Amino acid sequence: MAFNSSDIGAFENIWVFCEQRNGVMMNTSYELVSEARKLADERGSKLVGLLLGHNVEGLAKDLGGYGADEVILIDDPALEVYTTDAYTKAICDCAMDLKPEVILLGASNIGRDLGPRCAARLTTGLTADCTHLDIDMNVYTDFLKKASTLPEARYEKFDMEDVNLKMTRPAFGGHLMATIICPRFRPCMSTVRPGVMKKAPFDQAKADACVITPYKVSITDADLKTQVMDVVKATKKIVDLIGADVIVSVGRGISKDIEGGIKLAEQLTDAFGGGVVGGSRVTVDSGWLSSDHQVGQTGKTVHPKVYVALGISGSIQHKAGMQDSELIIAVNKDENAPIFEIADIGITGDLFKVVPLMIESLNEARASK
Amino acid sequence: MRIYVCVKQVPDTSGVVAVNEDGTLNRASMQTIINPDDLVAMEQALMIKDATGCQVTAVTMGPPPAEGMLRELLAMGADDAILISAREFGGSDTFATSQIIAAAITYTGLNDEDMIFCGRQAIDGDTAQVGPQIAEKLNLPQISYAAEIKKEGNEVTVKRMLEDGYMMIKQQTPCLVTCISDQDSHPRMMSIAGINAAYKKPYTVLDFETLKDEPLIELDKIGLKGSPTNIFVSFTPPLKGIGVMLEGNDKKTTDKLASMLLEKHVI
Ligand SMILES: Cc1cc2nc3c(=O)[nH]c(=O)nc-3n(C[C@H](O)[C@H](O)[C@H](O)COP(=O)(O)OP(=O)(O)OC[C@H]3O[C@@H](n4cnc5c(N)ncnc54)[C@H](O)[C@@H]3O)c2cc1C
Ligand SMILES: Cc1cc2nc3c(=O)[nH]c(=O)nc-3n(C[C@H](O)[C@H](O)[C@H](O)COP(=O)(O)OP(=O)(O)OC[C@H]3O[C@@H](n4cnc5c(N)ncnc54)[C@H](O)[C@@H]3O)c2cc1C
Repeated sequence: MAFNSSDIGAFENIWVFCEQRNGVMMNTSYELVSEARKLADERGSKLVGLLLGHNVEGLAKDLGGYGADEVILIDDPALEVYTTDAYTKAICDCAMDLKPEVILLGASNIGRDLGPRCAARLTTGLTADCTHLDIDMNVYTDFLKKASTLPEARYEKFDMEDVNLKMTRPAFGGHLMATIICPRFRPCMSTVRPGVMKKAPFDQAKADACVITPYKVSITDADLKTQVMDVVKATKKIVDLIGADVIVSVGRGISKDIEGGIKLAEQLTDAFGGGVVGGSRVTVDSGWLSSDHQVGQTGKTVHPKVYVALGISGSIQHKAGMQDSELIIAVNKDENAPIFEIADIGITGDLFKVVPLMIESLNEARASK
Repeated sequence: MRIYVCVKQVPDTSGVVAVNEDGTLNRASMQTIINPDDLVAMEQALMIKDATGCQVTAVTMGPPPAEGMLRELLAMGADDAILISAREFGGSDTFATSQIIAAAITYTGLNDEDMIFCGRQAIDGDTAQVGPQIAEKLNLPQISYAAEIKKEGNEVTVKRMLEDGYMMIKQQTPCLVTCISDQDSHPRMMSIAGINAAYKKPYTVLDFETLKDEPLIELDKIGLKGSPTNIFVSFTPPLKGIGVMLEGNDKKTTDKLASMLLEKHVI
């Protein structure tokens, strides 16, 4: 029977595309599986991990430990290195056959290459770079009460029985949030921003119980139009902003002594007991820090326990990447800097004077514990 | 050989962004600019033109005032420009947008040695989906996140960026490439001669009447009605309350900070 994406009743189960690179599972996959578990429970449906690669069966069970009931394993030599052509074909052939109601992908450079291509082939919609997902209307309404300025009267118009996946995402550089639905077609598809969803604790019993279902697709040379000549890992160690508990970021405010400013930031992370240095786009564009340090709309989205902004004005694009940090500390010599609008603790002053004193105070406080 | 460069006119989100009370964007109050990644895509195309003498065509879908942006791109060095504009096309999501742009390119003609360049992402809709979806609809291979593009004959070599490194990819034309900007990409300025020439270069408007017989133009796949995604609710996030401000460049201030952090158990 031909595949028909508008035959909504024929689709069931929630799928998560679990991205691995070089046989190592991406952390985002675990975040996504953990989040999708809640959705599957809201919907009363099965949660399925979709694992593609070559000789990657060993990664499957762990997905169960984060909540997957089943893992569909498509193991094929053509899937060893990511290519748009092979991965799109494998996912779409499998989805046309098994008809999932929802497919989630991480919004990594690969997820955002693959997702739109698959959605177009499946004749369905795709919501980009989501930061929040709901199915149950009560859960969604509770979310809106906390996260929006919508008047409560709006909620009365909602159909509380709605079971579309509600996909919420920032647009216009974070000035606006939009909840998107895909009511007429299935699967509902979304890419999800890395680092936003929380990973559940690993459960060994669930991992053991997870069912692995091998699935065969046929990928021939004719399907593969691109040739990957080389995959090069960055030579320097990439900073892990997304996994860090403490991030100390610097901005243009360090310009009078760039090296000194970066050094102070490093020392401050030590005073917090370890962390990583980040930066505003200015520091990256000026070549003071490499691009993997950038926090913000076009850099990384982070939510560490502590985020310290040194000499950063707090542009909307920078805030978009850090405003959900648990505790924000800002040092800026301009008391009107917008960063103070979202800081939990603000210090007005010259960072070159304040930070050395901060390091001293923190070290003393830690020693006195 | 021809390179189509897809460009979008966007509100300048780095300036003042005005949101209406109903949560929609007040576009009228905002400056418009050429989407930054698209300027880089144009520069990449013009560099290939400098080396090979190929034709560079700027394509946009949008309301008629987008003509101003297209003239700027002609002044930068594009050879011709296409505006896709019709009421039927309004309200399109990425699926519908790519459907229409793919139809317009098919209508205009895509040969074996041709390429399509897009920006990676537009700064308003922010989805990065239109490029790959144009490729799918034209059944073309795609390379996204391209930082460097080299073309020799019918073969292109592209450096495709990943979060933790990059891939080198070889590809036969025709194909679609989405371009990213970095600190080394400095799109060229318009020249005086370019500005003078801009109004003499070919400028085409493709409306619904012109495109309606293209197989990709089906009414249930274009415009607001043909878009699979719908905006369910849009809203502005609440402002976070202002925290504690500490003043002074002295040790007393930082000691205060340290004791607050101790209380909160963050150190
Ligand atoms: C499409 C788009 C995407 C963008 N994406 C990002 C992004 O992802 N991330 C990002 O960060 N930006 C992004 N930007 C850029 C953003 O708009 C701002 O230009 C940038 O964040 C400003 O960086 P900054 O705060 O370091 O510099 P500035 O805005 O120049 O601020 C410097 C601050 O340092 C303070 N200062 C100066 N000297 C001292 C001192 N000695 N002690 C203490 N304070 C001092 C000043 O008072 C000022 O507030 C983007 C822009 C656009 C248009
Ligand atoms: C708040 C909000 C949220 C939205 N969320 C979604 C969503 O999640 N999913 C969805 O499908 N749609 C969504 N849309 C609709 C989407 O923004 C529009 O379809 C838009 O026309 C194209 O998407 P984009 O701006 O994200 O472009 P992108 O896909 O980010 O653009 C990538 C590149 O495609 C080319 N391009 C894009 N648009 C044009 C154009 N009009 N003319 C020429 N070239 C172009 C450019 O080269 C550009 O750099 C949303 C719209 C709004 C207002």
